[in-house]
Amino acid sequence: MSTRSGSSSASSLRRLALPMAALLLLLLFNFLFTPGFFAVEVRDGRLYGTLIDILNHGSKIGIVAIGMTLVIATGGVDLSVGAVAAIAGAAAAHLIVSGSSPPVAIASGLILGVLAGAWNGILVTMLRLQPIVATLILMVAGRGIAQLITNGLIITYDSPTLTFIGNGSLGGLPFPVMMLAVVLAITAILARRTAIGLFVECVGDNAAAARMSGVPDRAVKLLAYASCGLCAGLAGLIECSYIRAADANNAGMLLELDAILAVVLGGTALTGGRFSLIGSVLGAMLIQILTKTLYMQNVSADIAPAPKALVVLVVCLLHSPALRQRLANLVSRRAGA
Amino acid sequence: MGDQAPRAAHPTDSRMSADAPLLAVRGLQKRFGAVRALAGVDLTVLHGQIHVLLGENGAGKSTLIKCLGGVHWPDGGSVALEGRPIAPASPRDAERIGISTVFQEINLIPHMSLAENISLGREPTGPLGRIRWHEVRRRAEVALARLGLRVGVGSDLSSCSIAIRQLVAIARALDVSAKLLILDEPTSSLDRGEVAQLMGVMRRLRADGLGIIFITHFLDQVYEIADRITILRDGALVGEYDPASLPRTRLVSLMIGREYSPPIATPTPTPTLTTAPTTATTTTPSSTNGETAETVAEPSIAVAHARNLGRRGSVEGINIQIDKGQTVGLAGLLGSGRSETARLFFGADRATEGSLEIDGTPVRLRSPRQAIRRRIAMTAEDRRSEGIIPNLSVRENILLALQVHRGLARPIPSAEASRLVHDFVRSLNIKTPSSEAPVSSLSGGNQQKALLARWLATDPHLLILDEPTRGIDVGAKAEIERLIGTLRERGMAVLLVGSDLEEVVRICRRVIVLRDRRQVAELHGGRCNEREIMAAIAEHTPSHIAVGSTPQPPLAGDSGGSR
Amino acid sequence: MKLIPSPRHIPMLATAVVLVGAFSLGSALYPNFASWGVIRNLLVDNAFLGIAAIGATFVIISGGIDLSVGSVMAFTSILIASLIEQHGVHPIPASGLALILGAAFGLGQGALIQAFRLPPFLITLAGMFLARGLAFAIHPQSLGIRDPFIATTINESLTFSLPLGPRGIQIPLTVDLFIAAAIVAWLVLTGMRFGRAVHAIGDDEHAANLMGLPVARTRIAVYGISGFMSAFAGVVFALYQQSGDPASCKGMELDAIAAVVIGGTLLRGGVGSVIGTVMGVMVFGLIQTMIAFQGDLSSWWTRIVVGVLVLTFLVLQRGVEWVGRRRN
Repeated sequence: MSTRSGSSSASSLRRLALPMAALLLLLLFNFLFTPGFFAVEVRDGRLYGTLIDILNHGSKIGIVAIGMTLVIATGGVDLSVGAVAAIAGAAAAHLIVSGSSPPVAIASGLILGVLAGAWNGILVTMLRLQPIVATLILMVAGRGIAQLITNGLIITYDSPTLTFIGNGSLGGLPFPVMMLAVVLAITAILARRTAIGLFVECVGDNAAAARMSGVPDRAVKLLAYASCGLCAGLAGLIECSYIRAADANNAGMLLELDAILAVVLGGTALTGGRFSLIGSVLGAMLIQILTKTLYMQNVSADIAPAPKALVVLVVCLLHSPALRQRLANLVSRRAGA
Repeated sequence: MGDQAPRAAHPTDSRMSADAPLLAVRGLQKRFGAVRALAGVDLTVLHGQIHVLLGENGAGKSTLIKCLGGVHWPDGGSVALEGRPIAPASPRDAERIGISTVFQEINLIPHMSLAENISLGREPTGPLGRIRWHEVRRRAEVALARLGLRVGVGSDLSSCSIAIRQLVAIARALDVSAKLLILDEPTSSLDRGEVAQLMGVMRRLRADGLGIIFITHFLDQVYEIADRITILRDGALVGEYDPASLPRTRLVSLMIGREYSPPIATPTPTPTLTTAPTTATTTTPSSTNGETAETVAEPSIAVAHARNLGRRGSVEGINIQIDKGQTVGLAGLLGSGRSETARLFFGADRATEGSLEIDGTPVRLRSPRQAIRRRIAMTAEDRRSEGIIPNLSVRENILLALQVHRGLARPIPSAEASRLVHDFVRSLNIKTPSSEAPVSSLSGGNQQKALLARWLATDPHLLILDEPTRGIDVGAKAEIERLIGTLRERGMAVLLVGSDLEEVVRICRRVIVLRDRRQVAELHGGRCNEREIMAAIAEHTPSHIAVGSTPQPPLAGDSGGSR
Repeated sequence: MKLIPSPRHIPMLATAVVLVGAFSLGSALYPNFASWGVIRNLLVDNAFLGIAAIGATFVIISGGIDLSVGSVMAFTSILIASLIEQHGVHPIPASGLALILGAAFGLGQGALIQAFRLPPFLITLAGMFLARGLAFAIHPQSLGIRDPFIATTINESLTFSLPLGPRGIQIPLTVDLFIAAAIVAWLVLTGMRFGRAVHAIGDDEHAANLMGLPVARTRIAVYGISGFMSAFAGVVFALYQQSGDPASCKGMELDAIAAVVIGGTLLRGGVGSVIGTVMGVMVFGLIQTMIAFQGDLSSWWTRIVVGVLVLTFLVLQRGVEWVGRRRN
């Protein structure tokens, strides 16, 4: 992002306008109607409060959304992130329980995530399956694999290191928030300080032209899917750490939807091309605020998906060129009459 | 197309008489945004007539037939069928009126049977809307028999050859009792026998009183079958002609828009007004456009040398040698294989026969990436789909190929990048509000210059330009032409595909002429002029056409002449 | 008749081979496997999945995808349970209303996809959330249906007995509904203009448009049918379970898509058949049954085996396409 200058950052600002506006609107709503929403207090050198909660829980979605952003920017999509998160969490917990050291367990979870992502990438680039179809396979089978690892049980473990990932704090902020910041920073540096970002955007914007310019489109896609798998693995570790257990059946449930939604909210088009990592993180936080607001308005966690779905629909419609075309036609017809 | 209001019929043109022409198009106009695709075109087709529609890229042929077929709605002018004004609102509507079109890309459903493709959407149905399949099959058999085709109507379309698909498409078009059949380049991917079969079908239909509009790029076919010829150029009517009294060379010059005078038998070429050199390639320095730079540095190794290069079903027999500092032109009509040839040199299509040497090393290019590694660069003919990355900035578009060269991990330092972009924007005079503006917001000419900048930044040894001046304004054309001159001076080899012959001879010292997807002549020195090129294209072979140093390219001989 | 099958039939033939192979394997490995009772249970336990998969067949042949299936089923089941038990509505009008709502829901999704050119997976993903949330809004927990009309009239009186095996087997109404749905869908897809148009837009939408087919109308109708079939599957599910549950049928859309793909329908669109889908559902059920017979394998193996089968069929489809291209 920093290598951009002038009007380019202006245009990325324009893309961020919608999520920013929605964010401010939700915050304003909560300021008016949710007492204590903005209260933050310090206990034992750690911040507590609703906003901190949102940051904490939004981090998991945000991390996956960063990986998903890269995949969507290449013109693809990854439906398997929830299942991959479940696999990573199950593997880590299983290794801890069977006596491995926490670093080994954590590394194994992450490596499994990368492998799962690379598998998706191979199906997309080598077999040329459509991304939805290719990632559907792991979406179906992944949860089964996770349950295979946990033997169908909920594995509870006792490991301060692993527990710290989801529950610890650093510099007053919950550890997941710090991890989100690190993932965002690393991805942003890799994307913008090397040619990865440029290549990803080229492949997503015009694959044929990118190929004619010599862009290694398959390698770029493979990298994007592998990164997405890594992010999903990390999210799986956070979730498994947060509840101090691996629940293969429910871990990462509907994570794919939240992540895709965050990316779309953040201004990255589902058709690929230009992407915004910051936007996706904002989108993730927006989703979390929306969820929290619904809870605080006494909407049950089960019903909450419905209003979220309406938000998705509205955002998609606002992003749809077809709708804009129709509106433009309407205006011009009226002007003509 | 669906967003315009239906246009009113023209009641003025309602004379109904028995001898009214089958189709009478008068003053047809159509605009796409700022582009005028049709500027008042006339076309008259009679019953039982095969009417060939000719024109180069952008002449307006496809717009015209799409207006007739209900795909586009014209902005002005009138269309009458058998004296009655018509305004087809959709392909289906046009079919109902009696106009059926078979488009070049054959619009049929691949995984359905031949029979079903013929009646899809209008299948005969019985009780409860059940399709009567035996009737569908019977109708298909009758329709295909009419075309002289005996095949199992139950086989999958996708398992049939292009020729059979073409005939099935025609059968579908005829299934609705068409009066006018429009065939858009039906022969472009057929072999000789299949073409003959199609011609037979067309004659049979003509005998039945059908009117046929036939678009083709093969002049042999024009003279074999046309009753009348209408030529379009730049969206305007050039004229309607009788093939019997229209010599080939004249026809080519009418299409291309250059006056043609018969070749003079003397070997001394007539100097044209352009700066085309008057002598053989490597000799005389000319003061005009930097020929001095063509000092023969290392005559031994060619930058690129193709021997009998070809690709099955695409082009064959390409023999081209391009040396340092040379600009070689590829000329031919649309569909002659000129772009296909250029793509072989870049690995955009894979060659299946012959050999290619780059800088003295034999290579098999399997992808543009490999070509780029060998320092070959190419701007594709279709700027929008294979050139620009539309939503990325001018800056990113310019830096892309250089970045590919440097690899993923070595980004161009931002200061250097800015300097490069700034230099290219200035030296190529790319008109953009800022280097950060999306490239799609630029005009066509400036997009093309940005693409040239993309490749020049990699300092290629061979630059392939496929119609670099197509669809751009005069000023940008002149600038690109000047740029090519400068590159030549710097020793870059350039392969230029061009449809504007005047431009080709102005820029190139040597021109390869293609016809019917094979190389038919190599002209250089004094022979490298429009007249000779047109003669080669028109297959009117003057005795003295220079054949290059390469192995004998097939001459006019086996391409059939005026059978 | 030709002896060499057309390439488009190869995946379906492969399905038949897998089905016969799985059944033979089961019969060879486990005693009592090859019995009418097992076949009956296969049908009874998978009737609702089968109906949902038939709806998905329409969508996938048209080149689309519908991820809202499971949620719409859950919504329907809890809706009719609530209408019957809490509002005293007779089961028949309650089911009718649910079917109408399902169809309307699908039509709405189709209209959005068609009018605004939005990706089907995104719209139906949103639809999945919406329907799930609405299901919980109706009633937050599972709700048993004790209405005598369902328990007695439908699930007992309308069950008929087939003289197969030593004691005969009882076929409940839900299986009849599944078979009827399959026959109607097969007739529509193979023998009506609408069904052929569904194939055509899935195979080549551009060509279908130029051939004058009603592309927009057909696509919207396809999603309407999928919504209707999901609701229908939800009704059958409620009959089968004699309850409605807003949390039920999670992931049912994936099972349905998997059954369709295993049934030889191309996910790319254009080629597929209801017969294949029915066989795909049976394969799906057989895998579950075999894992149950094995005893020491857990049920999650189903998902893994199904995933592998889906992958195998996708690779097979690619191979067939590749061979087809090579031949030309």
